[in-house]
Amino acid sequence: MRKLLAALAAAATVAVAAGAPAHAETRLTGSGASFPFPIYAAWFKDFSSKSDGVTVDYQSKGSGAGIQDLINGVVDFAASDAAMSDEEISKVSNGVVLLPMTAGEIVLAYNLPGVSELKLPRDVYPEIFAGKIQSWNDPKIAEANPGVELPDTPITVVVRSDSSGTTFNFTNHLAAVDPVFKEEVGADKSVQWPTLSTLVKAPKNDGVTATILQTPGAIGYVEYGYAKMTGAPMASLENAKGEFVAPGGEGGPNALASAEFDTNMRAFIVDPQGEGAYPMATFTWMLFYKSGQDDEKVKAIKEMVEYGLTDGQAMADDLGYIPMPEAVIEKVRAAAEQIGASS
Amino acid sequence: MSAEGFDLKGDNSISRPPSRGEILADRAFRGIAYASGGLVVAMLAYILWEIGGQAAPAIARDGLGFLTRAVWNPQEHDFGILAEIWGTLYSSILALLIAGFFGVAVAIFLTQDFLDARLARVFRTVIEMLAAIPSVVFGLWGIYVVIPAIRPVANWLHEFLGFIPLFSTPMAGPGMAPAVIVLAIMVLPTVAAISQDAFQLIPYKVKEAAYGMGTTRWEAIQKVMLPTASSGIAASLVLGFGRALGETMALAMLIGNSGQISLSLFSPANTLASLLASQFPEAGALEVEQLMYAALALLGIALVVNIIGTLIMAMSSKQTVS
Repeated sequence: MRKLLAALAAAATVAVAAGAPAHAETRLTGSGASFPFPIYAAWFKDFSSKSDGVTVDYQSKGSGAGIQDLINGVVDFAASDAAMSDEEISKVSNGVVLLPMTAGEIVLAYNLPGVSELKLPRDVYPEIFAGKIQSWNDPKIAEANPGVELPDTPITVVVRSDSSGTTFNFTNHLAAVDPVFKEEVGADKSVQWPTLSTLVKAPKNDGVTATILQTPGAIGYVEYGYAKMTGAPMASLENAKGEFVAPGGEGGPNALASAEFDTNMRAFIVDPQGEGAYPMATFTWMLFYKSGQDDEKVKAIKEMVEYGLTDGQAMADDLGYIPMPEAVIEKVRAAAEQIGASS
Repeated sequence: MSAEGFDLKGDNSISRPPSRGEILADRAFRGIAYASGGLVVAMLAYILWEIGGQAAPAIARDGLGFLTRAVWNPQEHDFGILAEIWGTLYSSILALLIAGFFGVAVAIFLTQDFLDARLARVFRTVIEMLAAIPSVVFGLWGIYVVIPAIRPVANWLHEFLGFIPLFSTPMAGPGMAPAVIVLAIMVLPTVAAISQDAFQLIPYKVKEAAYGMGTTRWEAIQKVMLPTASSGIAASLVLGFGRALGETMALAMLIGNSGQISLSLFSPANTLASLLASQFPEAGALEVEQLMYAALALLGIALVVNIIGTLIMAMSSKQTVS
């Protein structure tokens, strides 16, 4: 009720001030990636209450489904963890603008009673996920963790059963680090994992997290926010410079700093080379139409983007995402000008 | 009370020809009944046609090879669902064995005068309430309760009896065993409720006649009641099997979703329904065709099971008559 009154009041103010007809409520509909859903939900709620008469509805149904919706023209914007491929872009007749809006880290969460800190070198974690290292007391793991009592438990690898942007970014990183992994498993939104009785698949980030928490000896990849929320221990990973970096600190922003965007604002940081960089950081994108939308919507979309780049970034850290570096934000702001530009 | 079309003055009979309104109502009712029946068939046909149409390119591409290979690799456009067919049938059959045994036992317990009638009704309601629990709750219960509870037993079995194929792998977490246990509980209400109806349909004098011939209670149950109710029990098993085949959410959470063909109860596996649920949201155009083909295969399996079930019922009811 209060919201409605506020909206009415705001509308009235605009009408009086501009002398123009009050612009009716603008409703933006979006769909796509589930990884940034928690932060988007927080943004849109806050943004809707601050803006005059703009409501944003976002349906978290997966990056692929979001892209499909954008191609079919049933949404005003979409979101994807894997941006869009050139082929997908060519299917959108109105043209698309891809904007990285926030970023996250993929972490290796594990469940080893009694082991609260674990370091995994570059030659070890791809082999765990390729099914080559199968026991926690493998000499390669022990060597990197002096002083840690590693049990003789078999490693249960937990991966995503559904096709996902998280898997896309994770396998791309492993493939960049380990050519054998690239050869045998590959890198995509869903890959052919080795057939092992100790490899299980669970749906979505929450399913993987729950399975790890319930299975002694398990390790799996999830978004940082999910591991943080549930208190699952996360492994420190060795980066390209040979340093072990724990997720959640400065490692994420350090990794993002090395991003180089192409003309469509796409950048996949498969193996960040910078010092102190956490090895697996990924942007996540919002996808907009270049043309074909009315001015009201274009205006509302631009307000929403600007909100995400300013107030939105301030929320990122608390929610388990990485605030984007200032240089990236400037580039995104410039790219956002293309939305609705050619209409 | 005025009758139309007939002059019935002075007739005290309450019989009279139907009024025009009644005839209309009858016709309308018959029309609605036919239309509803027809709609169900038409809808099934439409679903088949729609799925079949979307699966057609995949069928043309892969033919029967899709059903006989175990691989799911969207990168290489290489698809086969043998492992999922195996997982679907294996989990459903095992769950049905458990649910069938307990379901029929419960039905006997509740209908053969072991309990006060009112108490039996309470029991029956409790069992039927199991059917009202959402699938996802069963899944969560499986992850947080069943898996930790059976893990020590499973790993003990593997260690000491690992030479038996059923126990040939250790149990890490999600896998066939927890999926089957939860699935059995989900199927139980269907089996128990319909078997109970089958027992209750037997006229009481049949039992009296058995007692009259000097049988004990157990002899009467085993040799008279069970055979007489067998067609109803078979129907309950067929319906239960159908439910087990199509169960999606709880299995997607518990079975491990890894396409493997293994006799081991502790190995992860996958089912058709959970493959569909997990792959659809992000599937590309090509993969959707393959998934439609998989859906068609699932429909086909359900159809075959129902036909076999109907045949068994027809046979068993003949036996009881003779």
